[in-house]
Amino acid sequence: MQTFRFLLSRLAKGILVVLAIVVFDFVLIHLAPGDPAAVMAGESGATDEAFVQQLRTKFGLDQPILTQLGLYLWGVVRLDLGFSYRQQMPVIDLVMDRLPATLLLTGAAFLFSLTVGVAAGAWAAAHKGKPLDRLITTIALVFYATPLFWMALMAVLVFSVWLGWLPAFGLREVGGEANFWERVLDVARHLVLPAVTLGLFFTAVYVRMTRASMIEVGRQDFVKTLRAKGLSERVIQRRHVLRNAVLPVVTLAGVQAGQMVGGAVMTETVFAWPGIGRLMYEALLQRDYNLLLGVFVVCAAMVVVFNILTDLVYRLVDPRIEVSS
Amino acid sequence: MSDTPDIPVLAVEKLAIALPAGADRLYAVEHVSFEIRRGETLAIVGESGSGKSMSANAVMGLLPPATRVAEGAALLEGTDLLKLDAEAMRGIRGRRIGMIFQEPMTALDPLMRIGAQIAEVFEAHGLLTPPERRARALALLEEVGIPEPERAIHAYPFQLSGGQRQRVVIAMALALDPVLLIADEPTTALDVTTQAQILKLIRDLQHKHGTAVMFITHDFGVVADIADRVVVMRQGRVVETGPAAQVLSAPSHEYTQALIAAIPTGRGAAAPPPAKEVVLAVRDLTKTYRSGGGLFRPARVVPAVKGVSFELKRGETLGVVGESGSGKSTLGRCLVRLIEPDSGSIRLDGHETMGQSAGEMRLWRRRMQMVFQDPYGSLNPRTRIGRIIAEGPIAAGVPVKDALRKAGELLAMVGLDASAVDRFPHEFSGGQRQRIGIARALALDPEIIIADEAVSALDVSIQAQVLALLADLKARLDLALIFITHDLRVAATICDTVAVMRKGEVVEMGPAADVFGNPQHDYTRRLIAAIPGRAEGDAFAQAAG
Amino acid sequence: MKGFWSRFCRHKAAVVGLIVVALVLIIALIAPLLYPVSPWKMVQRPFLPPFANPNFPLGTDTLGRNVASGLAYGARVSLLIGTVSTLVALAVGVPIGALAGYFGGWVDDLLMRFTEFFQTVPSFALAIVLVAIFQPSLVSIIIAIAIVGWPPVARLVRGEVMAQRKREYVEAAILAGQSDLTIITRQILPNVVSPIVVLASLMVASAILLESSLSFLGLGDPSVMSWGYMVGAARTVVRQAWWLSVLPGVAILISVLALNLVGEGLAEALDPRSARDAA
Repeated sequence: MQTFRFLLSRLAKGILVVLAIVVFDFVLIHLAPGDPAAVMAGESGATDEAFVQQLRTKFGLDQPILTQLGLYLWGVVRLDLGFSYRQQMPVIDLVMDRLPATLLLTGAAFLFSLTVGVAAGAWAAAHKGKPLDRLITTIALVFYATPLFWMALMAVLVFSVWLGWLPAFGLREVGGEANFWERVLDVARHLVLPAVTLGLFFTAVYVRMTRASMIEVGRQDFVKTLRAKGLSERVIQRRHVLRNAVLPVVTLAGVQAGQMVGGAVMTETVFAWPGIGRLMYEALLQRDYNLLLGVFVVCAAMVVVFNILTDLVYRLVDPRIEVSS
Repeated sequence: MSDTPDIPVLAVEKLAIALPAGADRLYAVEHVSFEIRRGETLAIVGESGSGKSMSANAVMGLLPPATRVAEGAALLEGTDLLKLDAEAMRGIRGRRIGMIFQEPMTALDPLMRIGAQIAEVFEAHGLLTPPERRARALALLEEVGIPEPERAIHAYPFQLSGGQRQRVVIAMALALDPVLLIADEPTTALDVTTQAQILKLIRDLQHKHGTAVMFITHDFGVVADIADRVVVMRQGRVVETGPAAQVLSAPSHEYTQALIAAIPTGRGAAAPPPAKEVVLAVRDLTKTYRSGGGLFRPARVVPAVKGVSFELKRGETLGVVGESGSGKSTLGRCLVRLIEPDSGSIRLDGHETMGQSAGEMRLWRRRMQMVFQDPYGSLNPRTRIGRIIAEGPIAAGVPVKDALRKAGELLAMVGLDASAVDRFPHEFSGGQRQRIGIARALALDPEIIIADEAVSALDVSIQAQVLALLADLKARLDLALIFITHDLRVAATICDTVAVMRKGEVVEMGPAADVFGNPQHDYTRRLIAAIPGRAEGDAFAQAAG
Repeated sequence: MKGFWSRFCRHKAAVVGLIVVALVLIIALIAPLLYPVSPWKMVQRPFLPPFANPNFPLGTDTLGRNVASGLAYGARVSLLIGTVSTLVALAVGVPIGALAGYFGGWVDDLLMRFTEFFQTVPSFALAIVLVAIFQPSLVSIIIAIAIVGWPPVARLVRGEVMAQRKREYVEAAILAGQSDLTIITRQILPNVVSPIVVLASLMVASAILLESSLSFLGLGDPSVMSWGYMVGAARTVVRQAWWLSVLPGVAILISVLALNLVGEGLAEALDPRSARDAA
């Protein structure tokens, strides 16, 4: 019951945030350079004023601004994010077509970075001040400071161009005659480089967070009680300190997962991965503002959904929340 | 009371613990020797920095990373603990020596159920099967007096009160029937009535199991209640050892004498102050906290102050006593409007202050100033002392130079050197900081001073000095004083009138002698009965007087 | 101050970081003296590899432009955008955080909902959209980076101010009759400066990363040479002339790394607790 209520209030809040983003979006569209009608007309090759006016009327651009906002909002509610005149397709269709690839990429990168990051961070914390700790934190710092696009480019250069181990571009290669498992393997081979490069920056973030959190928890009073019980240091670290330290890391990771969608723009651009990040880049090149902002709204909505999921997980894991919140 | 007094359970011999380089002294403790016998309670008493906890940690093998044992031995039934390797020491902890700590609120893993945490003690030493561990955990919870142990075993720590959590820690410490129990200030963080219950529990369990107890405390009242023998420590050295009765009634070392003399005795000012005009009249003051309310949740309502009324005369000291959560601090802050009360009337010299604008409030608030609890948090670490004291007058329009000169005079008045104006708070000790806080409160020439737990964070010898200073200033400046405290002994020492608060209400109010000598309300009686070392304290106070 | 420096210098990596940052700063300042010719100008044949011609030690790019000159001018842009956008983000985030933390209640609710909104929006995507809509220029890039950069400042300052607000010296200041503004600026903020300084040094680093990412995507100011643009322009020729992508990338990596090291050094020098951990 409590959880249900919580979910409701979180959903309500999430919807408000998405609505705010849509309004924000609307404002941006109107700040974008060029009269949309003139742009449309230009697309279709006609330039005479009467046609432009006709387009204005057709798309409600001659209505008062608030009516336009209302229409826009109503459109979003019906999952209508506008029309891409360059690609001659509704924005939502373009986005939906590309979304699965992005979810696959970011999902894989998130799992990779969280598991490797937490493990390495815990490992470093357990050897605090020793050479192993220094090594892990140094590597993490380097990855933290490396531009994502450059790391992607270097990965292509080294593992694809020079070593020829992994494919550098696209999502799949094998033809229609391949069976299911061959196709899965093919996609997985294509996934390795983009997922790992996208994940490495976040791995570095989680290493630092986990290490700091473990050290912080290790200082708390209850750890002394555990020692007084005669528990071994291994059990104390694994069963108690890590559990307490991972909770805040997972929450923060959930919040940061949203940033991964942004990072996907870089990775997908370099690896020609057919996701919404690449779509955003294409929209950017073509100055297709409707598409650009449509992708942006979907990204933001994904982040909101992800945050709600993280909150739910957190609630299930931390017994204190039920009463204290 | 011991059955086999021949061999001590624990013998600490010439213990010395080295501090890291750069500390204010070379050794945390030095030349420390003592013995504890079966079934005996040895109290180790000292003020902060005396090294009493450090000695206990050394015995337990839990010294902080930068410190190390430099010399000496700690023989547990003949085995030198200080020579054991980490794994052997781990086998001793929890099994042969149990330990309980000062802060029950943070002593348990917040994410693990109580039952599992107790069962871990058996697991750590490879004892029993999981169902047996569970059964033992249940039995232990029952033994330490947790209500509804069947439910408590599934509870998480946050669902238990501080006193209950301390019982759980005690259950874990005694789970394997250790020969020695180390209790490091186990009741300091608890309210006085809970403290009495926990002390009784430790005593009862000790009788039943014949455990030797090493009890570390700063409170001579607790010593009188629980100790068979006493070790008094000061700055890392033992200054006096002996049977409790002897040390308490006829201390031989002058430091012990000074400590015991500094304990508030509850024998306060004999003569009631001459009746003067009323400076503060409070009527039906009420403050209710609402929290957590949201779209889908009802708000939680906590009445912090409920219909409180009293009058305060010039030159009078009103004590407001109560346990944590009684609303006494909220009351003090409502009076100066650091917290905005919901309703009621606060009349200062006959003028109503409720419902005034911020500007008007700033004017009369100068006449009512506060001395705070935390000697560290109440002074801005980045501001020089002179400026800290002078801020009030400067804000009131006094030229900076004059205000700073006056700050120097005030420092002299509270017994500090006037040169302190140019120094920063961190250069002063806790007691000196409280003096600075008092000087700041005096800077605006107030009529009323509200002291909120102003001596609670101080060692007992410093406490006595600050209390004396407050009493002296009150008399010299003809101030009215509202003294908020959880410590009934302190209240009885310096207050003329006492108000006892519980759950936001004043349950009893009257002249201090009446309230403490002949309490009318049941709650007051329970509070007074729970004061540690009451009988002995009064006894030596009478002997001295 | 002396204690601060000795604590900072105990952290060797931080000292190295500081030296590197200083070098990058010097190169940025004297770039026009070192390379009076515009970095956009073709000066040699294209694809000249490094060390082949002593006049152009790092070679030339796809259009025969001097790579070394581009790197020097790129340092100017990176540092300029990094510091200015951080200052703007601080100017927005510090007041919002301070007000929310000091007053609490509905002020806090309102300001924090506002902040959360900007934190929920995926920051890099937002930066892309903002720069694209307002057309790439130094000003739009700085504003976009500041807009995605201020929420963490506000949250940090709010948390720190809230913690200070609970301390009794603030109550004492209220009783002394000081105004809220005086209390915030003269009593509380001086106690919050250390974490802000540390955060600011890290923000300059991430602003440089963000700027390079934007210009890599073609959203850099078209009139100034930047590292991200250089990598982006060399991306398609990575097989033939890998050094053209590697060199500017290394420049970014080293600068960002150095700033992070300085940030860690500052954190340890300014926070007595972490200083103790290091010991």
